[in-house]
Amino acid sequence: MLQAITKLASLKNFYFFCGKLLPWFAWPTLILMIVGLYWGLVEAPADYQQKDSYRIIYIHVPAAWMSLFVYMVMATSAAASLIWKTKASEVVANSCAPIGAAFTFLALATGSLWGKPMWGTWWEWDARLTSELVLLFLYLGYMALQSAFEDKRTAARATAILAIVGVVNIPIIHYSVEWWFTLHQGPTVQVLQEKQAMDKSMLYPLMVMATAFKTYFATVLLMRSRNEILERESHTKWVQEEREHL
Amino acid sequence: MTPTRKRRLMMVLLIVLGVGTAAALALTAFNKNLMFFFSPSQVAAGEAPLNRSFRVGGMVKDNSVNRDDDGLTVRFIVHDNAKEVTIAYKGILPDLFREGQGIVAQGKLGSDGVFIADEVLAKHDENYMPPEVAAAMKPIGVDKQLKANN
Repeated sequence: MLQAITKLASLKNFYFFCGKLLPWFAWPTLILMIVGLYWGLVEAPADYQQKDSYRIIYIHVPAAWMSLFVYMVMATSAAASLIWKTKASEVVANSCAPIGAAFTFLALATGSLWGKPMWGTWWEWDARLTSELVLLFLYLGYMALQSAFEDKRTAARATAILAIVGVVNIPIIHYSVEWWFTLHQGPTVQVLQEKQAMDKSMLYPLMVMATAFKTYFATVLLMRSRNEILERESHTKWVQEEREHL
Repeated sequence: MTPTRKRRLMMVLLIVLGVGTAAALALTAFNKNLMFFFSPSQVAAGEAPLNRSFRVGGMVKDNSVNRDDDGLTVRFIVHDNAKEVTIAYKGILPDLFREGQGIVAQGKLGSDGVFIADEVLAKHDENYMPPEVAAAMKPIGVDKQLKANN
Protein backbone atom coordinates (compact mmCIF):
# COMPACT_ATOMS: atom_id res chain seq x y z
CA MET A 1 0.00 0.00 0.00
CA LEU A 2 2.62 2.51 1.12
CA GLN A 3 4.79 1.45 -1.76
CA ALA A 4 1.98 2.04 -4.22
CA ILE A 5 1.42 5.56 -2.87
CA THR A 6 5.12 6.36 -2.98
CA LYS A 7 5.23 5.20 -6.58
CA LEU A 8 2.29 7.44 -7.48
CA ALA A 9 4.01 10.44 -5.92
CA SER A 10 6.43 10.49 -8.85
CA LEU A 11 5.02 12.84 -11.44
CA LYS A 12 5.64 10.47 -14.33
CA ASN A 13 3.66 7.64 -12.75
CA PHE A 14 0.96 10.04 -11.64
CA TYR A 15 0.63 11.35 -15.20
CA PHE A 16 -0.08 7.89 -16.61
CA PHE A 17 -2.29 6.97 -13.65
CA CYS A 18 -4.46 10.06 -14.32
CA GLY A 19 -4.61 9.14 -17.99
CA LYS A 20 -5.93 5.69 -17.15
CA LEU A 21 -8.59 7.06 -14.79
CA LEU A 22 -9.77 9.75 -17.18
CA PRO A 23 -12.31 7.77 -19.28
CA TRP A 24 -13.87 6.31 -16.10
CA PHE A 25 -15.01 9.80 -15.15
CA ALA A 26 -15.39 11.47 -18.55
CA TRP A 27 -18.04 9.10 -19.95
CA PRO A 28 -20.23 8.98 -16.81
CA THR A 29 -20.11 12.80 -16.78
CA LEU A 30 -21.50 12.99 -20.29
CA ILE A 31 -24.29 10.50 -19.58
CA LEU A 32 -25.22 11.93 -16.15
CA MET A 33 -25.26 15.49 -17.51
CA ILE A 34 -27.63 14.60 -20.34
CA VAL A 35 -29.92 12.55 -18.08
CA GLY A 36 -29.84 15.08 -15.24
CA LEU A 37 -30.45 18.14 -17.41
CA TYR A 38 -33.32 16.52 -19.32
CA TRP A 39 -34.88 15.16 -16.13
CA GLY A 40 -34.50 18.42 -14.23
CA LEU A 41 -35.32 20.93 -16.95
CA VAL A 42 -38.02 19.02 -18.84
CA GLU A 43 -39.42 16.07 -16.88
CA ALA A 44 -39.52 17.43 -13.32
CA PRO A 45 -42.73 19.28 -12.39
CA ALA A 46 -42.85 23.05 -11.92
CA ASP A 47 -42.75 24.40 -8.37
CA TYR A 48 -46.06 25.39 -6.73
CA GLN A 49 -45.04 28.99 -6.18
CA GLN A 50 -41.87 29.68 -8.19
CA LYS A 51 -43.16 27.91 -11.32
CA ASP A 52 -40.34 27.17 -13.76
CA SER A 53 -37.82 29.61 -12.36
CA TYR A 54 -36.90 27.17 -9.58
CA ARG A 55 -35.17 25.00 -12.21
CA ILE A 56 -31.98 27.03 -11.81
CA ILE A 57 -31.54 24.90 -8.67
CA TYR A 58 -30.24 22.09 -10.91
CA ILE A 59 -27.18 24.21 -11.68
CA HIS A 60 -26.99 26.48 -8.64
CA VAL A 61 -27.09 23.89 -5.85
CA PRO A 62 -24.62 21.36 -7.39
CA ALA A 63 -22.25 24.25 -8.20
CA ALA A 64 -22.49 25.59 -4.65
CA TRP A 65 -21.88 22.14 -3.15
CA MET A 66 -18.89 21.66 -5.44
CA SER A 67 -17.44 25.05 -4.50
CA LEU A 68 -17.08 23.73 -0.93
CA PHE A 69 -16.08 20.19 -1.91
CA VAL A 70 -13.33 21.33 -4.30
CA TYR A 71 -11.94 23.58 -1.59
CA MET A 72 -11.65 20.64 0.81
CA VAL A 73 -9.87 18.58 -1.85
CA MET A 74 -7.54 21.51 -2.52
CA ALA A 75 -6.79 22.13 1.18
CA THR A 76 -6.22 18.42 1.85
CA SER A 77 -3.74 18.10 -1.01
CA ALA A 78 -2.12 21.36 0.06
CA ALA A 79 -1.69 19.99 3.59
CA ALA A 80 -0.22 16.78 2.15
CA SER A 81 2.29 18.78 0.10
CA LEU A 82 3.25 20.74 3.18
CA ILE A 83 3.78 17.61 5.28
CA TRP A 84 5.19 15.07 2.82
CA LYS A 85 6.53 17.50 0.17
CA THR A 86 5.03 15.36 -2.57
CA LYS A 87 4.97 16.98 -5.99
CA ALA A 88 1.83 15.13 -7.07
CA SER A 89 -0.23 16.69 -4.27
CA GLU A 90 1.08 20.13 -5.25
CA VAL A 91 -0.12 19.50 -8.78
CA VAL A 92 -3.57 18.40 -7.55
CA ALA A 93 -3.95 21.43 -5.26
CA ASN A 94 -2.93 23.82 -8.04
CA SER A 95 -5.33 22.18 -10.48
CA CYS A 96 -8.22 22.50 -8.00
CA ALA A 97 -8.05 26.29 -7.66
CA PRO A 98 -9.37 27.43 -11.06
CA ILE A 99 -12.04 24.70 -11.09
CA GLY A 100 -13.22 25.68 -7.62
CA ALA A 101 -13.23 29.35 -8.60
CA ALA A 102 -15.39 28.50 -11.63
CA PHE A 103 -17.91 26.57 -9.50
CA THR A 104 -18.05 29.40 -6.95
CA PHE A 105 -18.60 31.98 -9.67
CA LEU A 106 -21.32 29.81 -11.21
CA ALA A 107 -23.09 29.48 -7.84
CA LEU A 108 -22.92 33.24 -7.23
CA ALA A 109 -24.05 34.14 -10.75
CA THR A 110 -26.98 31.72 -10.92
CA GLY A 111 -28.03 32.70 -7.39
CA SER A 112 -28.02 36.34 -8.40
CA LEU A 113 -30.11 35.66 -11.52
CA TRP A 114 -32.64 33.80 -9.38
CA GLY A 115 -32.55 36.36 -6.57
CA LYS A 116 -33.70 39.27 -8.72
CA PRO A 117 -37.16 37.90 -9.58
CA MET A 118 -37.66 35.86 -6.37
CA TRP A 119 -36.23 38.00 -3.59
CA GLY A 120 -36.39 41.27 -5.48
CA THR A 121 -32.65 41.95 -5.40
CA TRP A 122 -29.52 40.85 -7.25
CA TRP A 123 -27.33 40.95 -4.19
CA GLU A 124 -27.64 41.41 -0.43
CA TRP A 125 -24.81 41.30 2.08
CA ASP A 126 -26.23 38.47 4.14
CA ALA A 127 -24.01 35.87 5.82
CA ARG A 128 -24.40 33.14 3.17
CA LEU A 129 -23.81 35.35 0.14
CA THR A 130 -20.90 37.21 1.72
CA SER A 131 -19.08 34.09 2.92
CA GLU A 132 -19.46 32.49 -0.53
CA LEU A 133 -17.97 35.63 -2.09
CA VAL A 134 -15.04 35.33 0.34
CA LEU A 135 -14.57 31.77 -0.95
CA LEU A 136 -14.25 33.11 -4.50
CA PHE A 137 -11.58 35.54 -3.30
CA LEU A 138 -9.75 32.70 -1.53
CA TYR A 139 -9.57 30.74 -4.78
CA LEU A 140 -8.46 33.83 -6.72
CA GLY A 141 -5.94 34.66 -3.99
CA TYR A 142 -4.54 31.14 -4.20
CA MET A 143 -4.08 31.49 -7.97
CA ALA A 144 -2.50 34.94 -7.67
CA LEU A 145 -0.12 33.82 -4.92
CA GLN A 146 0.87 30.76 -6.92
CA SER A 147 1.82 32.81 -9.96
CA ALA A 148 3.75 35.32 -7.84
CA PHE A 149 6.61 32.85 -7.30
CA GLU A 150 9.15 31.84 -9.90
CA ASP A 151 9.96 28.57 -8.18
CA LYS A 152 7.11 26.03 -8.09
CA ARG A 153 8.20 24.43 -4.81
CA THR A 154 8.35 27.75 -2.96
CA ALA A 155 4.97 28.70 -4.44
CA ALA A 156 3.50 25.41 -3.23
CA ARG A 157 4.56 26.09 0.35
CA ALA A 158 3.06 29.59 0.38
CA THR A 159 -0.21 28.60 -1.29
CA ALA A 160 -0.60 25.57 0.97
CA ILE A 161 -0.65 27.81 4.04
CA LEU A 162 -3.23 30.09 2.41
CA ALA A 163 -5.39 27.09 1.50
CA ILE A 164 -5.23 25.68 5.03
CA VAL A 165 -6.07 29.02 6.66
CA GLY A 166 -9.04 29.38 4.30
CA VAL A 167 -10.57 26.11 5.51
CA VAL A 168 -12.11 28.09 8.36
CA ASN A 169 -14.52 29.64 5.85
CA ILE A 170 -16.03 26.29 4.80
CA PRO A 171 -18.10 25.55 7.95
CA ILE A 172 -19.04 29.24 8.06
CA ILE A 173 -20.56 29.02 4.57
CA HIS A 174 -22.27 25.73 5.35
CA TYR A 175 -23.83 26.77 8.67
CA SER A 176 -24.36 30.48 7.90
CA VAL A 177 -28.07 29.95 7.21
CA GLU A 178 -28.52 28.16 10.53
CA TRP A 179 -26.36 30.32 12.80
CA TRP A 180 -27.75 33.66 11.67
CA PHE A 181 -30.88 35.14 10.13
CA THR A 182 -30.12 35.33 6.43
CA LEU A 183 -32.04 36.23 3.31
CA HIS A 184 -30.88 32.94 1.82
CA GLN A 185 -33.17 30.05 2.73
CA GLY A 186 -32.14 27.22 5.00
CA PRO A 187 -30.88 23.87 3.71
CA THR A 188 -33.39 21.96 1.57
CA VAL A 189 -31.49 18.70 1.19
CA GLN A 190 -30.32 17.19 4.45
CA VAL A 191 -28.78 13.75 4.48
CA LEU A 192 -29.81 12.77 7.99
CA GLN A 193 -33.48 13.58 7.57
CA GLU A 194 -36.22 11.19 6.68
CA LYS A 195 -38.69 13.68 5.28
CA GLN A 196 -37.07 15.95 2.72
CA ALA A 197 -38.26 19.51 2.16
CA MET A 198 -38.20 18.84 -1.58
CA ASP A 199 -40.58 16.58 -3.44
CA LYS A 200 -38.96 13.36 -4.70
CA SER A 201 -39.86 14.13 -8.33
CA MET A 202 -37.64 17.21 -8.04
CA LEU A 203 -35.05 15.78 -5.67
CA TYR A 204 -33.93 12.79 -7.79
CA PRO A 205 -32.84 14.85 -10.82
CA LEU A 206 -31.00 17.15 -8.41
CA MET A 207 -29.09 14.14 -7.09
CA VAL A 208 -28.22 13.09 -10.65
CA MET A 209 -26.93 16.60 -11.38
CA ALA A 210 -24.92 16.62 -8.15
CA THR A 211 -23.26 13.34 -9.17
CA ALA A 212 -22.65 14.68 -12.68
CA PHE A 213 -20.89 17.73 -11.21
CA LYS A 214 -18.73 15.45 -9.04
CA THR A 215 -17.59 13.30 -11.98
CA TYR A 216 -17.14 16.44 -14.08
CA PHE A 217 -14.83 17.83 -11.41
CA ALA A 218 -12.84 14.57 -11.34
CA THR A 219 -12.52 14.64 -15.14
CA VAL A 220 -11.32 18.24 -15.31
CA LEU A 221 -9.04 17.75 -12.31
CA LEU A 222 -7.32 14.80 -14.01
CA MET A 223 -6.95 16.75 -17.26
CA ARG A 224 -5.54 19.84 -15.55
CA SER A 225 -3.17 17.73 -13.45
CA ARG A 226 -1.82 16.02 -16.55
CA ASN A 227 -1.28 19.41 -18.17
CA GLU A 228 0.59 20.78 -15.20
CA ILE A 229 2.78 17.68 -14.97
CA LEU A 230 3.77 18.00 -18.64
CA GLU A 231 4.64 21.64 -18.05
CA ARG A 232 6.69 20.95 -14.91
CA GLU A 233 8.52 18.01 -16.45
CA SER A 234 8.93 19.47 -19.93
CA HIS A 235 12.72 19.22 -19.68
CA THR A 236 12.68 15.46 -18.91
CA LYS A 237 13.23 12.68 -21.36
CA TRP A 238 9.90 10.92 -20.80
CA VAL A 239 7.89 14.04 -21.61
CA GLN A 240 9.88 14.55 -24.82
CA GLU A 241 9.22 10.93 -25.74
CA GLU A 242 5.55 11.36 -24.88
CA ARG A 243 5.44 14.42 -27.12
CA GLU A 244 6.73 12.42 -30.04
CA HIS A 245 3.88 9.97 -29.52
CA LEU A 246 1.25 12.68 -29.90
CA MET B 1 6.11 9.04 10.17
CA THR B 2 9.46 10.77 10.51
CA PRO B 3 9.83 13.42 13.25
CA THR B 4 10.05 16.20 10.65
CA ARG B 5 6.78 15.14 9.04
CA LYS B 6 5.13 14.75 12.42
CA ARG B 7 6.21 18.29 13.26
CA ARG B 8 4.81 19.61 9.99
CA LEU B 9 1.54 17.75 10.58
CA MET B 10 1.28 19.33 14.03
CA MET B 11 1.92 22.73 12.45
CA VAL B 12 -0.94 22.22 9.98
CA LEU B 13 -3.29 21.14 12.76
CA LEU B 14 -2.22 24.14 14.87
CA ILE B 15 -2.95 26.53 11.99
CA VAL B 16 -6.44 25.06 11.55
CA LEU B 17 -7.10 25.12 15.31
CA GLY B 18 -5.71 28.63 15.79
CA VAL B 19 -7.52 30.20 12.87
CA GLY B 20 -10.68 28.31 13.82
CA THR B 21 -10.60 29.64 17.38
CA ALA B 22 -9.90 33.17 16.21
CA ALA B 23 -12.79 33.00 13.73
CA ALA B 24 -15.14 31.54 16.33
CA LEU B 25 -14.31 34.33 18.79
CA ALA B 26 -14.70 37.02 16.14
CA LEU B 27 -18.00 35.64 14.89
CA THR B 28 -19.39 35.34 18.42
CA ALA B 29 -18.39 38.92 19.13
CA PHE B 30 -20.02 40.18 15.94
CA ASN B 31 -22.97 37.81 16.20
CA LYS B 32 -25.56 40.60 16.23
CA ASN B 33 -24.03 42.38 13.25
CA LEU B 34 -24.12 39.19 11.22
CA MET B 35 -27.88 38.89 11.54
CA PHE B 36 -29.41 40.03 8.28
CA PHE B 37 -32.65 41.14 9.99
CA PHE B 38 -34.40 41.51 13.34
CA SER B 39 -37.40 39.38 14.25
CA PRO B 40 -40.66 41.06 15.39
CA SER B 41 -39.98 39.74 18.91
CA GLN B 42 -36.62 41.52 18.97
CA VAL B 43 -38.27 44.71 17.72
CA ALA B 44 -40.92 44.42 20.45
CA ALA B 45 -38.21 43.89 23.07
CA GLY B 46 -36.55 47.13 21.94
CA GLU B 47 -33.42 45.44 20.60
CA ALA B 48 -33.71 47.09 17.19
CA PRO B 49 -31.99 50.47 16.72
CA LEU B 50 -34.07 53.64 16.94
CA ASN B 51 -33.75 56.44 14.37
CA ARG B 52 -31.57 54.23 12.22
CA SER B 53 -32.42 52.02 9.28
CA PHE B 54 -32.59 48.28 9.95
CA ARG B 55 -34.25 45.18 8.55
CA VAL B 56 -37.14 43.28 10.04
CA GLY B 57 -38.08 39.80 8.86
CA GLY B 58 -40.98 37.43 9.44
CA MET B 59 -44.11 35.91 7.98
CA VAL B 60 -46.81 38.09 6.42
CA LYS B 61 -49.92 37.61 8.57
CA ASP B 62 -52.98 36.19 6.83
CA ASN B 63 -55.63 38.78 5.85
CA SER B 64 -53.43 41.64 6.94
CA VAL B 65 -52.45 43.12 3.57
CA ASN B 66 -54.30 46.40 2.87
CA ARG B 67 -53.83 49.22 0.45
CA ASP B 68 -54.22 52.82 1.59
CA ASP B 69 -56.62 55.16 -0.22
CA ASP B 70 -53.77 56.67 -2.21
CA GLY B 71 -53.51 53.28 -3.93
CA LEU B 72 -49.74 53.18 -3.51
CA THR B 73 -49.01 52.46 0.12
CA VAL B 74 -49.35 48.87 1.22
CA ARG B 75 -49.81 48.04 4.88
CA PHE B 76 -49.32 44.58 6.27
CA ILE B 77 -48.42 42.81 9.47
CA VAL B 78 -45.31 40.65 9.86
CA HIS B 79 -45.16 38.15 12.71
CA ASP B 80 -42.91 35.39 14.07
CA ASN B 81 -45.62 33.43 15.89
CA ALA B 82 -45.02 35.56 18.98
CA LYS B 83 -44.99 39.29 18.21
CA GLU B 84 -46.17 41.45 15.33
CA VAL B 85 -44.93 44.51 13.48
CA THR B 86 -47.04 46.63 11.15
CA ILE B 87 -45.21 47.64 7.99
CA ALA B 88 -46.08 50.41 5.55
CA TYR B 89 -44.44 50.32 2.15
CA LYS B 90 -44.72 52.41 -1.00
CA GLY B 91 -43.32 50.58 -4.00
CA ILE B 92 -43.33 47.42 -6.06
CA LEU B 93 -43.58 44.17 -4.13
CA PRO B 94 -41.56 41.11 -5.27
CA ASP B 95 -43.27 38.22 -7.07
CA LEU B 96 -43.17 35.89 -4.10
CA PHE B 97 -44.84 38.41 -1.77
CA ARG B 98 -48.10 37.03 -0.41
CA GLU B 99 -49.83 36.30 2.86
CA GLY B 100 -48.07 33.53 4.76
CA GLN B 101 -44.80 34.23 2.92
CA GLY B 102 -41.54 35.12 4.67
CA ILE B 103 -40.32 38.63 3.88
CA VAL B 104 -37.53 40.99 4.90
CA ALA B 105 -38.21 44.73 4.96
CA GLN B 106 -35.64 47.50 5.30
CA GLY B 107 -36.58 50.85 6.82
CA LYS B 108 -37.11 52.79 10.03
CA LEU B 109 -39.44 52.35 12.94
CA GLY B 110 -41.79 55.34 13.29
CA SER B 111 -42.76 56.83 16.64
CA ASP B 112 -46.26 55.31 16.25
CA GLY B 113 -44.74 51.81 16.10
CA VAL B 114 -45.33 51.45 12.35
CA PHE B 115 -42.28 50.33 10.39
CA ILE B 116 -41.83 52.52 7.31
CA ALA B 117 -40.12 50.31 4.73
CA ASP B 118 -38.23 51.54 1.70
CA GLU B 119 -37.41 48.05 0.46
CA VAL B 120 -39.30 44.77 0.75
CA LEU B 121 -37.63 41.47 -0.20
CA ALA B 122 -39.32 38.09 -0.33
CA LYS B 123 -37.56 35.34 1.60
CA HIS B 124 -37.94 31.98 -0.02
CA ASP B 125 -38.28 28.95 2.24
CA GLU B 126 -36.57 25.59 1.73
CA ASN B 127 -39.67 23.81 0.41
CA TYR B 128 -39.99 22.72 -3.19
CA MET B 129 -42.99 20.77 -4.49
CA PRO B 130 -45.21 20.43 -7.55
CA PRO B 131 -48.55 22.34 -7.55
CA GLU B 132 -50.55 19.12 -7.12
CA VAL B 133 -48.71 18.24 -3.92
CA ALA B 134 -49.20 21.79 -2.63
CA ALA B 135 -52.92 21.55 -3.44
CA ALA B 136 -53.20 18.20 -1.66
CA MET B 137 -51.61 19.75 1.41
CA LYS B 138 -53.96 22.75 1.36
CA PRO B 139 -56.76 21.27 3.55
CA ILE B 140 -54.37 21.02 6.49
CA GLY B 141 -52.78 24.31 5.50
CA VAL B 142 -49.53 24.38 3.56
CA ASP B 143 -48.08 27.14 5.66
CA LYS B 144 -48.81 25.49 8.95
CA GLN B 145 -47.39 22.20 7.83
CA LEU B 146 -44.30 23.84 6.41
CA LYS B 147 -43.82 25.88 9.55
CA ALA B 148 -44.14 22.74 11.65
CA ASN B 149 -41.20 21.35 9.70
CA ASN B 150 -38.99 24.29 10.57
